[in-house]
Amino acid sequence: MVNGILGVKIGMTQLFEDGGRVVPATVIQAGPCVVVQKKTADREGYDAVQLGLIELPPPKRVGRPMRGHFKKAKAGPVRFLRELRLSDGVEDTAVGSKVLVDQFSDSDEVDVTGVSKGKGFAGVMKRHNFSGGVASHGSMFHRAPGSIGASAFPSRVLKGMKGAGHMGQRQVTVKGLKVVRVDAEKNLLIVKGAVPGANGDYLIVRRNRQ
Amino acid sequence: MHSLSELEQSRLRTDHPEFRVGDTVRVHVKIREGEKERVQVFEGAVIARKEGDLRSSFTVRKTSFGQGVERIFPLHSPIIDKIERVRKGRVRRAKLYYLRSRRGKAAKIKELRDY
Repeated sequence: MVNGILGVKIGMTQLFEDGGRVVPATVIQAGPCVVVQKKTADREGYDAVQLGLIELPPPKRVGRPMRGHFKKAKAGPVRFLRELRLSDGVEDTAVGSKVLVDQFSDSDEVDVTGVSKGKGFAGVMKRHNFSGGVASHGSMFHRAPGSIGASAFPSRVLKGMKGAGHMGQRQVTVKGLKVVRVDAEKNLLIVKGAVPGANGDYLIVRRNRQ
Repeated sequence: MHSLSELEQSRLRTDHPEFRVGDTVRVHVKIREGEKERVQVFEGAVIARKEGDLRSSFTVRKTSFGQGVERIFPLHSPIIDKIERVRKGRVRRAKLYYLRSRRGKAAKIKELRDY
């Protein structure tokens, strides 16, 4: 059994509990996925499946090497391919078979991996939650990082010093999100809480291992 | 890919009457007290509406014993038993936050009369 699925973030909404309490939720178009390739411990040194996310419309231009790759699995071309590790000795998933959302049910916990929204070149307050200085009363220290080290000794800045720089647009995994609803018919997965990335970004959803 | 608004359509409540900013409404709210459920009425002027399909909300302001009280209701929440439109108001803006700094007669909203 594959313990995960690929998907697209549709957006956030809210659900109402019986008592009227509002639950923030993210809607994920999860699957359907197709197994494009299998990797085995004998051949590649580890057990995994390569999943492809089936989307409509399918990609128009597919390069020749990829066309051959899809043909081997007897699968249509897809845009988003990712590998999911299989737990040892589990080998019941055949190449070309489908992976669907119905593997999840309510109150399951999942880990969602995606690429966070890019924030550009960010200062130290936004990027590392530095506190900065006061805004007024003649203060001339506002959003600067402050001291980044001592003087003659060590005469250099220590490696790993937090500073300004590029923020976001990196892989982020949010762990332990609760599944609140599964719609197998529409291939939808609704989880409680936020998920990395912008609406329309690709996601990997894995079952939370506890 | 499905759109969020399309997915939210089915869960919208369609049983509310039409009401706008400036109107006076009576909101019947279900309140749970232990096992019992009862309905409480919150009557006041609608000073804001925020639109967004299922995430829509509206703000009701009333003056209670001289103290201004505002309550924000999710429009499609199941805690709302029903909404009654008591009075239509004639206002010229979408958000009536200026009422917060006014008291007495200055905080009055003119009634909109249909002829």
